[in-house]
Amino acid sequence: MLDFQQWEGFEGRLWKEEVNVRDFIQKNYTPYEGDEHFLAPPTQATEKLWDKLQELQKEERAKGGVLDMDTHVVSSLTSHGPGYISEALKDLEQIVGLQTDRPLKRAFMPYGGIKMAEEACRMYGYEPSEDLHKIFNEYHRTHNQAVFDAYTPEMKAARKNKIITGLPDSYGRGRIVGDYRRVALYGIDFLIEDKERDKEHCGSGSMTDDIIRQREELQLQINALKGIKKMAELYGYDISAPAANAKEAVQWTYFGYLAAIKTQNGAAMSIGRVSTFLDIYIERDLKNGLLTEIQAQELIDHITMKFRMVKFARVKSYNELFSGDPVWATLDLAGIGVDGRPLVTKTDFRFLHTLENMGPSPEPNITVLYSSALPEQFKKYAAKISIETSSIQYENDDVMKPIWGDDYAICCCVSATQTGKEMQFFGARANLAKCLLYAINGGVDEKTKAQVGPKFRPITAEYLDYEEVMEKYDTMMEWLADLYVNVLNLIQFMHDKYYYEASQLALIDTEVRRTFATGIAGFSHVVDSLSAIKYAKVKTVRDDTGLVVDYETTGDFPKYGNDDDRADDIAVWLLKTFLEKIKRHHTYRNSEPTTSILTITSNVVYGKATGSMPDGRKAGEPLSPGANPSYGAENHGLLASLNSVAKLPYEWALDGISNTQTINPDALGHSARERIDNLVNVMDGYFDQGAHHLNVNVFGTEKLIDAMEHPEKEEYANFTIRVSGYAVKFIDLTKEQQLDVIARTCHKQMA
Amino acid sequence: MGEQRITGSIHSLETFGLVDGPGVRFVIFMQGCHMRCQYCHNPETWRMDGGEEWTAKDLFDMAYRYKNYWKEGGGITVSGGEPLLQMEFVTELFRLAKEKGVHTALDTSGYSFSMQPAYLEKFDMLMRYTDLFMLDIKEMDEEKHKRLTAQSNRAIIAMARYLSDHGKAMWIRHVLVPGLTDAEDGLAALKSLLDELKTVERTELLPYHALGEMKWNDLGIPYPLSGVRAPANEEIRHAEELLGIEHG
Repeated sequence: MLDFQQWEGFEGRLWKEEVNVRDFIQKNYTPYEGDEHFLAPPTQATEKLWDKLQELQKEERAKGGVLDMDTHVVSSLTSHGPGYISEALKDLEQIVGLQTDRPLKRAFMPYGGIKMAEEACRMYGYEPSEDLHKIFNEYHRTHNQAVFDAYTPEMKAARKNKIITGLPDSYGRGRIVGDYRRVALYGIDFLIEDKERDKEHCGSGSMTDDIIRQREELQLQINALKGIKKMAELYGYDISAPAANAKEAVQWTYFGYLAAIKTQNGAAMSIGRVSTFLDIYIERDLKNGLLTEIQAQELIDHITMKFRMVKFARVKSYNELFSGDPVWATLDLAGIGVDGRPLVTKTDFRFLHTLENMGPSPEPNITVLYSSALPEQFKKYAAKISIETSSIQYENDDVMKPIWGDDYAICCCVSATQTGKEMQFFGARANLAKCLLYAINGGVDEKTKAQVGPKFRPITAEYLDYEEVMEKYDTMMEWLADLYVNVLNLIQFMHDKYYYEASQLALIDTEVRRTFATGIAGFSHVVDSLSAIKYAKVKTVRDDTGLVVDYETTGDFPKYGNDDDRADDIAVWLLKTFLEKIKRHHTYRNSEPTTSILTITSNVVYGKATGSMPDGRKAGEPLSPGANPSYGAENHGLLASLNSVAKLPYEWALDGISNTQTINPDALGHSARERIDNLVNVMDGYFDQGAHHLNVNVFGTEKLIDAMEHPEKEEYANFTIRVSGYAVKFIDLTKEQQLDVIARTCHKQMA
Repeated sequence: MGEQRITGSIHSLETFGLVDGPGVRFVIFMQGCHMRCQYCHNPETWRMDGGEEWTAKDLFDMAYRYKNYWKEGGGITVSGGEPLLQMEFVTELFRLAKEKGVHTALDTSGYSFSMQPAYLEKFDMLMRYTDLFMLDIKEMDEEKHKRLTAQSNRAIIAMARYLSDHGKAMWIRHVLVPGLTDAEDGLAALKSLLDELKTVERTELLPYHALGEMKWNDLGIPYPLSGVRAPANEEIRHAEELLGIEHG
């Protein structure tokens, strides 16, 4: 059994014999059932640093979205010397480490695709390096190049016509959460030894492809661990041994995360579940008189400030998909352990409190792992912060825990993975709305008129018949699922080969479980369209070539979002059918296929490429985001809508079911206390039914309109709103996206 | 089993009512009202016809799907329209609710209340199953009240006293319209009524808003309060002071 003097006072045995952070947490954490009154205000240092950072963010916006950019240095663990928020204030920074040598300066990351990296530079007025251009075109391939070399013509057509969209073939796939806590608990040297042992034991039999690849990957991981150590040395820290106190634990953990964001620009770069872990160190120092509450809060404020600074160089088309420059630095709080003890600690409160000490913020993407059985005081405090800042999302611990255990983390906006044991292959979405139109038109795209899907017989009747549509839809979905899985297999293969996430996977067990995430776009529109065909009369409108380009629907039909089983049953059927079709196919590295209903703001872009639907949605209009009911479909208020979404079984969409709702503060109750109690009741009621996710926004439409018209007002600089699975600063959205957000139902009572 | 067939005419349903009674509430808006309040924000509920017919049982089953959200505090609120115009239906609905221990609240203007024995017999039944009455007192002066709502306020005040005498919990609500219902003497008169009533648990001042105007226009009814503004915060605070409303 290993023992370090840094572990003085910690209980337990298993975590000392193997890398097992969960066991360490379970043996040592102190649950907290009290209220928020112990919390401390920001220190002067925090205020100075935060003021400086806000100044920089203002400059960044004034410069069109990017403050500074590297064009000549390829980002790596040690590519840049130390960087600070401000040279003058650097002694105030309790927690240090930036992606580059200057604050908000974006790194050059070509491995996902040199073209995109160069385009991002030019978009913001920077000239990329000629030498690097030559290196990454002539001497070294990139992920993007490799994927396009291997794509079939059918795949390219599906991608171009946007029936499969948002694919990680030109950017990092992200969604891999290293167990960054390991750096603090064990120190780097022990982790290196552990991986070296794994490598020793790998490949004693035949050298199959799998073994060869594994051995190479293990060496990449070991190299990365050594690199992390060097990176920390640049900041004056020796992290070869475990962290000895709270400050070191926070710093070491952050170094683990910093390594990830220096080497990968993934679509989501999540932080994971660190609050309960860090609380153990803080409690120990508090008890020994080495730390005060003010200092503890300062540590949490400062690491959070760093999370607020994470930036990547993105291209315009990426920003259209994922608006507002998101990173999905998702940070999880709360949850309940398998032994029934809530994992809520004082540090869970401290992280929420950062939203008071430094105001609202889209990043980190603070996620409360919710259960109605969480301590009442914590639920109320979270609801209070939600009402004040709209910066929190909630996910149902009661449905995730049976699948992922009690130490999972959210790896993207809403998808769970077990910390340190799992990784996910992110796979964007299939546009099932478009697929329905392909079924009707025999595989011809309604927008481009190209034959994209198989040339099946189109529907020729004037009025759509439910049975006929369902039969054709089933076959077309079969085609789409097959093609989609194969596109993803190819992408994940190339990503492993050309853009392997060594520093994250170095902090995950060698025997890693892999999930294969697929996703659905256009969910509510398919459900309502099928319902319209079944319960109302849908007439086809054809162009001169006979292609159906529009629909005239007469009569009433049940719509998803009203707690009406007739429509909601179609929703459940759709989800299950699609997942079953996905599951029939081979998935890369024997990963486990899952699916999701969680389009992000990409619903606007996807909608642009999708023709008119039988549910009344016109060509080009945004699709409804995630699992949200369609715009204007809800007739009985918020809870009916929540009940519809709650009927979708999480077990069939393990990658997540996102739901975003906006509530007018006046409709939530008369007094502050009433509003908090009511919001808690709504969440208890929703999650007790097995629903997965809820984004809560609390503001009125008037505020959105004012913010759109007067983005320069001081009060809107950090005005944060939650969209599907993440949060953005409202003023960072495109005008089109702002209008879309405004158009979505804002729940207020009729009377 | 005659009650099974009692149907009500429903204008609309709101599953997420948080300001019409305590806690999270399922709010049922009944169709039909004879008052013509100038600031009405639901004029589409005036007509006696055009509602959707529901049996009390079906409607209760629908509402009960939301019990998860109610916890100890919430329940069902019947509003309108004027619910007392369909008293038997509401009584049956609330009877079913009380069988399951669901909190019931009635949001009424009270103008159709009467002290006739035949009426009271029915009203007493309703009262038995109603946990909370939310009574709108729009104006204390009878003449002004008639101008404002096209109805007398006598029945309304009589109902408030009747509920008080029978120990029934009440919330009193008053809509504050600048220049119309914010005169100091009127508010003072309302305050003395409030002091006289023994069972008022809460007094709510609802600041007028012009959101109803669009609905009047849609219905082609001239909006009498066109151009009237919402009360300012100071005016609201002043009126609250006069009514003795404290903020918690």
